[in-house]
Amino acid sequence: MAVKNKKLNLKDKYQYLTRDMSWEPTYQNKEDIYPDERFEGIKITDWSQWEDPFRLTMDAYWKYQAEKEKKLYAIFDAFAQNNGHQNISDARYVNALKLFLTGVSPLEHAAFQGYAKVGRQFSGAGARVACQMQAIDELRHSQTQQHAMSHYNKHFNGLHDAAHMHDRVWFLSVPKSFFDDARSAGPFEFLTAISFSFEYVLTNLLFVPFMSGAAYNGDMATVTFGFSAQSDEARHMTLGLEVIKFILEQHEDNVPIVQKWIDKWFWRGFRLLSLVGMMMDYMLPNKVMSWAEAWEVYYEQNGGALFKDLERYGIRPPKYQDIANDAKHHVSHQAWSTFYQYGHATNFHTWMPEKEELDWLSEKYPDTFDKYYRPRFEHWAKEHAEGRRFYNNTLPQLCQVCQIPTIFTEKDDPSMLSHRQIEHEGERYHFCSDGCCDIFKDEPEKYVQAWLPVHQIYQGNCEGGDVETVVSKYYHINIGEDNFEYIGSPDHKRWLAIKGKSSDEKAGGADKNAA
Amino acid sequence: MSVNALYDYKFEPRDKVENFHGMQLLYLYWPHHLMYCSPFAFLVQPDMTFGAFIEEVLKPAVAAHPDAGNASFLDARWQLNGEPFTPDASATLKDSGIDHKSMLTVITPELNGIAGSAS
Repeated sequence: MAVKNKKLNLKDKYQYLTRDMSWEPTYQNKEDIYPDERFEGIKITDWSQWEDPFRLTMDAYWKYQAEKEKKLYAIFDAFAQNNGHQNISDARYVNALKLFLTGVSPLEHAAFQGYAKVGRQFSGAGARVACQMQAIDELRHSQTQQHAMSHYNKHFNGLHDAAHMHDRVWFLSVPKSFFDDARSAGPFEFLTAISFSFEYVLTNLLFVPFMSGAAYNGDMATVTFGFSAQSDEARHMTLGLEVIKFILEQHEDNVPIVQKWIDKWFWRGFRLLSLVGMMMDYMLPNKVMSWAEAWEVYYEQNGGALFKDLERYGIRPPKYQDIANDAKHHVSHQAWSTFYQYGHATNFHTWMPEKEELDWLSEKYPDTFDKYYRPRFEHWAKEHAEGRRFYNNTLPQLCQVCQIPTIFTEKDDPSMLSHRQIEHEGERYHFCSDGCCDIFKDEPEKYVQAWLPVHQIYQGNCEGGDVETVVSKYYHINIGEDNFEYIGSPDHKRWLAIKGKSSDEKAGGADKNAA
Repeated sequence: MSVNALYDYKFEPRDKVENFHGMQLLYLYWPHHLMYCSPFAFLVQPDMTFGAFIEEVLKPAVAAHPDAGNASFLDARWQLNGEPFTPDASATLKDSGIDHKSMLTVITPELNGIAGSAS
């Protein structure tokens, strides 16, 4: 080539395409342009100190992601054409996907909205660009997850109306309210909540179990999505750490504010992950590792090292970390017990573990499973065998903050619920723990307006007074197809037909449409 | 106001008693019977008697539990919102001091759940 140095080096290119696209306003007040930047009390003295670890520019972003997406969709096509769903370990596995599609994929979309919003609110160009790219990542993830799982919708029940269900179904108010809480906070709290506490501290506990779980159970579509998203997740985690370090380095007054947010969002994230715990221990026919083991590796070890590193900024590990660490022995069993007894109001099936699974649980949870949970499960299995499959025909008390039924037990006495109760301005409020109660007491105005599904049903706001009407009309759960026990369900029968174990139904998607 | 906000951040509680059309919420917790995953949330009439509450609401709710037949709920140890409470079967819930979103705890020390597991 005759022209030398036609291409810019990476650093210059980054400078031109990000920081140099920003300017100092002259005829408007900067404070009027970025009105949300100050009200949380965070003090930023110098935005130019913001580091951009990836130095990714938009033109490179499009090119790189388009290539990844092309490969991803080629694999989805191959998966569909080869009837990939027939190669999974067992149809019980698909119920984990139903939970993911209704509980997690809509959060990716909520994250997209959240990053698009905060990306507008920072006066620093580096932070704006990072948020912009993450916003697009989250939108892509939401879409690609739906595409990865859409093949299953042709062959199994419960995957037909995820976005609608996310807004209405009782247990989906748990992930929904988590993100609504973060998105309705200021921009710095949002980043501490999602980029740091969730993406950096806890995301491995969501992604690794689901993606390894997919691999262990023969779900190549979801595994491929996981690999495709991995490089994005690495960038998100780096942003999460950068955000925290940047805020803490800017002003010492920021430290107590950030500490309070870390305490809050660690606890909220930990509660949300109860759903993942039960998925790992109960919904994967081929187990990857136990929830307790995952918590030890990804929180106690990795998180321990992280908070050691943050000590020099004056940050300590999250409040109630000891309660969370102890709860690793209990939460998955407590969550599965809850879904099992409310399996008439879920878009996925529930079941009791088989004998070898019970033994696996006894081995993985030597101090708790046989003492507190195995007798309950064996009783339910016996009841089911005798034609009395247990369903709880009442509605549960919900925590005002995390919105999970108040199912969790005391650290020092697992035979007692860790229920907490307070009065605030003449109204009574109930909580699952001190962690959630503290969050309420800190910002009661935010949580007195919580849309608690049980109370909404009782107020008559869910299209009916009885559970059956709410479940079918308001939630769009197809009764007898999507819900109830797995054994004997249409999914179960279809799986037996696919595996040639029963001639009752033909394999494939056609029979579902006919049913 | 404790919420940091850009405007006067004040909202009505969503679950005030007037939103329940003359009814009220009542929670009931039966310790050591964790087969029921959490306390029950019942919708009850404030002028229902305590005896009727036991017969018409509580007993059907717990009927599936193996301990239910052996429980003598009226003679059990009770708490109302964490304080000791003596039930009077003929008094109404309202006259018993049970207001909206109260929680009753009924303790049956001789019954410890399925195979003594607190389930």
